[in-house]
Amino acid sequence: MLNYFKIAYRNLGRHRRRSILSGLALAMGTALLMFIAAFFQGEMRSSMETTLRLNTGHIQVQDADYDPDKLSVAWEYLIENPQQAVVQIEALEQVQTATPRLMASGIVSVLDESIGVQIMGIVPDSEANDPYRDGLVSGEFLTADDREGILIGYPLAESLGLEVGDQLTLLVNTSDGDVDEQNFRVRGVFSTGTSAYDKGIVFLPLAKAQAFSGAENHASMIFILLHDREQADAVADAIQGEGYQVKTWSEMNELLVLVNDFSNAYLMIINLIVLGVTATVIINTLLMSVFERTREIGILTAIGMKGRQIIALFLAEASLLALGGIAFGSLMGWALSAYFGKVGIYFGDLGISGDMLLQDRIYPYLTFDSAVNLMITAFIITVLASIYPARMASRMEPVEALHGSN
Amino acid sequence: MEVAKLTDVTRVYKIGEVETRALNGVSITIGSGEFTSLVGPSGSGKTTLLQLIGCLDQPTSGRVVINGKETTNLNRNQRADLRKGTIGFVFQFFALIPTLTAYENVEMPLLLNGKNPAERKHRVMELLEAVDLMDRVHHRPDQLSGGQQQRVAVARALATNPTMILADEPTANLDTTNGEQIMDIMKKLNHETGVTFVFATHDPRVIKHANRVVTLQDGLITNDSNTNGKS
Repeated sequence: MLNYFKIAYRNLGRHRRRSILSGLALAMGTALLMFIAAFFQGEMRSSMETTLRLNTGHIQVQDADYDPDKLSVAWEYLIENPQQAVVQIEALEQVQTATPRLMASGIVSVLDESIGVQIMGIVPDSEANDPYRDGLVSGEFLTADDREGILIGYPLAESLGLEVGDQLTLLVNTSDGDVDEQNFRVRGVFSTGTSAYDKGIVFLPLAKAQAFSGAENHASMIFILLHDREQADAVADAIQGEGYQVKTWSEMNELLVLVNDFSNAYLMIINLIVLGVTATVIINTLLMSVFERTREIGILTAIGMKGRQIIALFLAEASLLALGGIAFGSLMGWALSAYFGKVGIYFGDLGISGDMLLQDRIYPYLTFDSAVNLMITAFIITVLASIYPARMASRMEPVEALHGSN
Repeated sequence: MEVAKLTDVTRVYKIGEVETRALNGVSITIGSGEFTSLVGPSGSGKTTLLQLIGCLDQPTSGRVVINGKETTNLNRNQRADLRKGTIGFVFQFFALIPTLTAYENVEMPLLLNGKNPAERKHRVMELLEAVDLMDRVHHRPDQLSGGQQQRVAVARALATNPTMILADEPTANLDTTNGEQIMDIMKKLNHETGVTFVFATHDPRVIKHANRVVTLQDGLITNDSNTNGKS
């Protein structure tokens, strides 16, 4: 076996430039695919984390009739006295935090400009609000007893020309179907890095939001974060109750889960296309090698080399080419992914909001599994591609091969 | 003892619609230890005959028996096995693997025969010494002269202790001195080891060494004579 590789190595050295170019084609393909895989994974990871952290949490407990699309604060769609349930839920060891939230629809007005927003009433101290607290760009975070303060996103502040301390008018659809309005002072401006989300939401302390919208002692949901999101089904089963609906992150983010599940399939298709192209380069290199070495194949056959041994010789050449190309390509792919994983790739506001949130900057993230899968796939495809020229060499009749060109 | 027996062998090549009858019902027996030359003009069928004896090709009709074994119905791998153990080849062109050293070229048939490293090393060195190439052991073919390359080819042909060595125009690309040297080496090995040599040639330098000369013309044996074989 070792001798096959020794001969193969020397054969590749005969036309060093051609071998290097073929190896480079494979290396470029591998590097490109590794970076694409890292980009996809980074995007999916970011989207999943952002969506769960900002939008849905891992579990939500809602009134059985609550419809998140309507943002109604009519009492019949809300949970009464949510704090009792929160205490019980937080007692579960899998639960990191649980907090009531009130969602209402409203309009922010400054002078003659108005923008429609979601109003979220939050318990300011809850660690579920860390993304907003940590993302404060200016000002300070809300406190539970703040009756005038409002927290707004950076893109909204930009578009309305608002700064900390400025006043705005907020209109809200109240629980009895009317519209109420009140002036608030910008207490803080935050950025989660997801412009599409930040420009459409404002925060009030829960008590203020309840009083302002007429929801009183009600909340739209109990927002729950777990230590491990894979525990969501088990926890959801444990907190089922009459008149409530308990939704897990996978139920609330069907599109995201679907895209995530299919991302591996997309990657595999892209892998096959790119590796298919590089495989043709390998086939071409080996075919040229077979034609150039026809007489040599005849000699080897004459001295007793069997067809399968000639196949093994060419497969050894392909394997060495593959190993070199894939190793170099993986190094390049890893370096690219590591660099952009650190600095990110800025896309800005892609205009995606709702079920699937994306950060403005995507950080490629290469997993060990995907890198190894890619390397194995590239190696297998290269070796499979070499079977055709190898079989062609093995089927040469010795007499005809001996009369072939050298 | 017979090392090769061909009976009523015909070989027809078909190129498009044109059939060429290279051998036309040839029968010949090669005995052990012979130093035989197949002679004749170009196109007479001597190379074809050599290829059939060497199991590199199969006859269109007739029987080929090598070392008592019928070869007519052997498949490609079975013929490769037969060649590997019993037949060595020396070709007109210096048929060495260009990426391998002299040592490695001679070693190749031993590798294919599954010999262990110690056996291989002993045999390769013994053969390179026999062809007077001990100072060129680790040289590649492009670092060797034509005569030296052909001596490596002879050493390789002998590596597995074959019963028969087939040489197709072994001196055609060599100058007189190197041609004589190659023939002397082969004659000496024939004497010392008893290995059978069969040449396809029209080089008088080869023919004068032969102890049997078989003449072919238009795919037929026209003369088969024993000579003393001056050596």
